[in-house]
Amino acid sequence: MAKVMADAPQKGGFSFDLCRRNEMLVKKGIQLPGFRKTGTTIVGLIFLDGVILGADTRATEGPIVADKNCEKIHYMAPNIYCCGAGTAADTEAVTDMVSSQLQLHRYSTGRESRVVTALTLLKSHLFSYQGYVSAALVLGGVDVTGPHLHTVYPHGSTDTLPFATMGSGSLAAMAVFESKYKEGLTREEGIQLVCEAICSGIFNDLGSGSNVDVCVITKGKTEYLRNHQLPNPRTYISKRGYSFAKGHTEVLSTKIIPLKVVEVAEADAMEE
Amino acid sequence: MEWAKDNIRANAIAPGLILTPLAKTVSDFHRWNPYVTGTSVLGLKYKDGIILAADMGGSYGSTLRYKSVERLKPIGKHTILGASGEISDFQEILRYLDELIIYDLMWDDGNSLGPKEVHSYLNRVMYNRRNKFNPLWNSLVVGGVKNGQKYLGMVGMIGTHYEDNHVATGFGNHLARPIMRAEWHEDMSFEDAVKLLEKCLLVLLYRDRSAINKFQIAKITKDGVTISEPYALKTFWGFSAFQNPSKGAEGSW
Repeated sequence: MAKVMADAPQKGGFSFDLCRRNEMLVKKGIQLPGFRKTGTTIVGLIFLDGVILGADTRATEGPIVADKNCEKIHYMAPNIYCCGAGTAADTEAVTDMVSSQLQLHRYSTGRESRVVTALTLLKSHLFSYQGYVSAALVLGGVDVTGPHLHTVYPHGSTDTLPFATMGSGSLAAMAVFESKYKEGLTREEGIQLVCEAICSGIFNDLGSGSNVDVCVITKGKTEYLRNHQLPNPRTYISKRGYSFAKGHTEVLSTKIIPLKVVEVAEADAMEE
Repeated sequence: MEWAKDNIRANAIAPGLILTPLAKTVSDFHRWNPYVTGTSVLGLKYKDGIILAADMGGSYGSTLRYKSVERLKPIGKHTILGASGEISDFQEILRYLDELIIYDLMWDDGNSLGPKEVHSYLNRVMYNRRNKFNPLWNSLVVGGVKNGQKYLGMVGMIGTHYEDNHVATGFGNHLARPIMRAEWHEDMSFEDAVKLLEKCLLVLLYRDRSAINKFQIAKITKDGVTISEPYALKTFWGFSAFQNPSKGAEGSW
């Protein structure tokens, strides 16, 4: 790491200091550590009165499901929410950070946060880390200028779209959107379409699964519908239950070993 | 362990492929790169038989070189074959099948090769070529009707094969299969089947960069094979959000 003067402020962003050394190591045959992509299906669409965001709830660690019911729709501001795909730690950290920055900004300006503010803060942070912060986001919200929906990529580029999908299940979800989306959807139609798209990701992509979370943002009101659909219920539940009262297990033999009482001498407090 | 070093070099040519001591040098793998390729093929079973769809594009890397490539062909009386991947390998496969069908016809015993037999033959060919490190770079869709029985199957370039009510190759697996899984049902009418395929083809046209707007649909029933004339689908670009996308969000598009 480059030496930093005691009074100069620490500049954020990716540090290029080790790049030449890493390149040399790769040439010698060393394999760089890989990054774990957490499978996800996240979607967003603009309807008549605002924005609807949707996400599945499976967090994976390679081939293992680490969390069956995690929350992928993150709070940014009362009127702005953000779905995150990619490395879970990165999406959590970056949305938390920008959410705090937005709150401070609200105190400073005395106004409701705008979606483009969140967008600019996210994209400049991600760009300065040159794609190493692996967060792919679907940002949506309603502010004074109207409803907005954006996608943010790990390298810092953004798109402004009427409907968007991200994550490993994005193709399955996009197939549903491309064939069924039209402008001017009502709230019910919008939620129905978002659920269909997420379910398409859940059932056709191995990296996505479990339940459907939906968030409906309109002017002045936000509804976070956690676990709006549970299309993967537990199929077999043992009728006998799981309580094991005394007497269920046969005791074959018993051996009791009394523990010797050990004297602990009081030691002096450690001298520093 | 010379071949271990070759693995690193081979990875540069064809990522993910692993060499074993059988392959002596990296130059054995000049056949690993496809040159002129076709994109997805879709197929599904409907009431009267099988229906396949494919576009007519042949891409040379990132250039759209050929725009009238017929990727759906009839084989004998009972089968249609669709291929994605290397076009020259597809033409080679058609020659092998030609020899097979002619040899079968020469027996003149009233019997003819059906889709199951063609599928099995292609599976053997693909698997054996893969074992010799010289694969035919194709994903094939085989469909047909014989003795009233409908059959639809797929063979990949490494010999993976299966049979199902609806199949797709390449990008079709990711974009079309979810729609087919949600909307396919037994005994669809021809019009419904075409509508479903066109829905999938439209999504592929929007989202697959090597797809072109020129399609053929092939259907096979007990009465024979029909391959349609090339036609185009209507696309929609009129979303109001597309009019001025970076309004209010400078730097995005």
